[in-house]
Amino acid sequence: MSNIPSDLKYASSHEWSRLEDDGTVTVGITDHAQDALGDLVFVEVPEAGQTVAAEDACAVVESVKAASDVYAPISGEIIEGNADLADRPELVNDDPYGEGWLFKLRPDNADDLDNLLDADDYEASLED
Amino acid sequence: MNLKPEKPNQLIFEHSRAGRRAYAQAPLQAPEASGIPAELRRSSPVGLPEASEMDVVRHYTRLSQKNFSIDTHFYPLGSCTMKYNPRACNTLAMLPGFLGRHPLAPETHSQGFMACMFELQEILKEVTGMAGVSLTPMAGAQGEFAGVAMIQAYHAARGDTQRTEILVPDAAHGTNPATATQCGCKTVEIPTNDQGDVDVEALRQAVGPQTAGIMLTNPSTLGVFERQIGEIQKIVHEAGGLSYYDGANLNAILGKVRPGDMGFDVIHMNLHKTFSTPHGGGGPGSGAVGVSKRLLPFMPIPVVGLTDDRGGAEATSHISHLTSHGIYRWLDEQDLPQTIGRLSAFAGNAGVLLRAYIYARLLGREGMHRVAEFATLNANYLMVELQKRGFDVAYKGRRASHEFIITLKRQKQALELTATDVAKRLLDYGFHAPTIYFPLLVPECLLIEPTETESRETLDAFVDAMVTIWDEAKADIEQVKAAPYTMPVRRLDDVRAARELDLRWQGNE
Repeated sequence: MSNIPSDLKYASSHEWSRLEDDGTVTVGITDHAQDALGDLVFVEVPEAGQTVAAEDACAVVESVKAASDVYAPISGEIIEGNADLADRPELVNDDPYGEGWLFKLRPDNADDLDNLLDADDYEASLED
Repeated sequence: MNLKPEKPNQLIFEHSRAGRRAYAQAPLQAPEASGIPAELRRSSPVGLPEASEMDVVRHYTRLSQKNFSIDTHFYPLGSCTMKYNPRACNTLAMLPGFLGRHPLAPETHSQGFMACMFELQEILKEVTGMAGVSLTPMAGAQGEFAGVAMIQAYHAARGDTQRTEILVPDAAHGTNPATATQCGCKTVEIPTNDQGDVDVEALRQAVGPQTAGIMLTNPSTLGVFERQIGEIQKIVHEAGGLSYYDGANLNAILGKVRPGDMGFDVIHMNLHKTFSTPHGGGGPGSGAVGVSKRLLPFMPIPVVGLTDDRGGAEATSHISHLTSHGIYRWLDEQDLPQTIGRLSAFAGNAGVLLRAYIYARLLGREGMHRVAEFATLNANYLMVELQKRGFDVAYKGRRASHEFIITLKRQKQALELTATDVAKRLLDYGFHAPTIYFPLLVPECLLIEPTETESRETLDAFVDAMVTIWDEAKADIEQVKAAPYTMPVRRLDDVRAARELDLRWQGNE
């Protein structure tokens, strides 16, 4: 089964979020999502400075099967998009929770992360 | 010794040798480029391939033999309605009177062609239950564009400028949200419930004074008929929105139920699907639109009109004995001042529309009914036979429309057998692959549409091939993973092709 680290928060639309020590939040797509999409051929990440609301579409991942929007899990300001993905979209497939992160944001309110799913709930949402 | 003198995938440019000609077709004297100023004339050769007639004939004959088409293979490409294109339609549409007609010829010289177009409009009105039809859109996408543009024009004409949202169920065709965006609307996605129907509660929440309309594909891309169609209509209409029927799957209901009777305001029909004009090579297509009474003034032009007025200037005497009904004429901005306008230089793809007209006339009213009956019978037969042999249907307990979905989720988990693997291996067994990985809602899916023109023996052979592939995967998955074996090219690296896009032929070097 897919890898679902217990220290991350999840959205039912298959994004993971990690609160970093400096108060920023790193966002990517889950192992399940990259597996369902198949080999990515194109990734578009948001630009720094853009403000996003929770559930705003703010990145695009495209595989040979499908193109899919990635949604901001919480509201905040984008501080960085992963520039490496432009040339190496396969990082998302190879290392979805590491080098394949999509963007970092500064949350309006870090407590918003509590509204997201924990690993067990996310795993349960994949069962059906 | 060279046993393979002809490389398998040579381009015509690679056959080129300087000065080689097809002399039989060369003009005796090169024509003068008279009237074109010298500075605008080409001074260097065009760079076209130079080959002998025999080389050209062999090259293109070989290419045609590689073609995987409805004329050579079963083609169950879901959502595309790859039915047989009757030869009679081709032959009749190629009659010299049709072929030689210039699109700018006066109406008096086009009455025969215009009569065909008028009758096609009438046939499509009858079969969809709509109040008017325009044949102008050149393809499905343009038909959709025309449909949403008419919805916008209707709201604008009433001064209702707040309606900017188009509702699109997530089981709709991917072109629907694209169309809404192209027209400057915001797309609001409506979820589907686990039975494959639109989530009516979610729809109720989504409508409001901002709703321009809904775009509904019915039967949906899940291969099921929307059971709450009446309720959906009511919700959208009560909110002041209009309803758009994506007719891509019209084959399932042709002559059986009519979108006009369901209360729809606009429909586009893919004549290259349902009305059997050739497609699959990129067109040309036809996306004729039908409209309800309130959208009649906004139809794209030109539309063929029929007038009994024989005293008009164009009504010459030699016409009136050709047709006892009256004079056909092109309706334009004068007749439809609120039209959304023109979508092409003339009136759609004339040759395609003629083929659709002839197809409809060959079928007649009874034949139309049989299209839907046999399209759905074939789909349901194939679905049940595959189920009997162990395959999983995505929406169990739902009757298929003209297409259905098999999911290989279980086979992927157990054997790593994917929809791509099955699609590639089917080619070796002489079957075009079904649509795969669409709709996105179903994992590892095959969307299978046999159409009405296939025999039971063909369907049985397809089922046998599917079972054989599954057995092969159980015995040795790598054998299936490496398919196809018998095609001009083996398994393509589509990931690398997409990541390192290379569209330019660089020559022989």
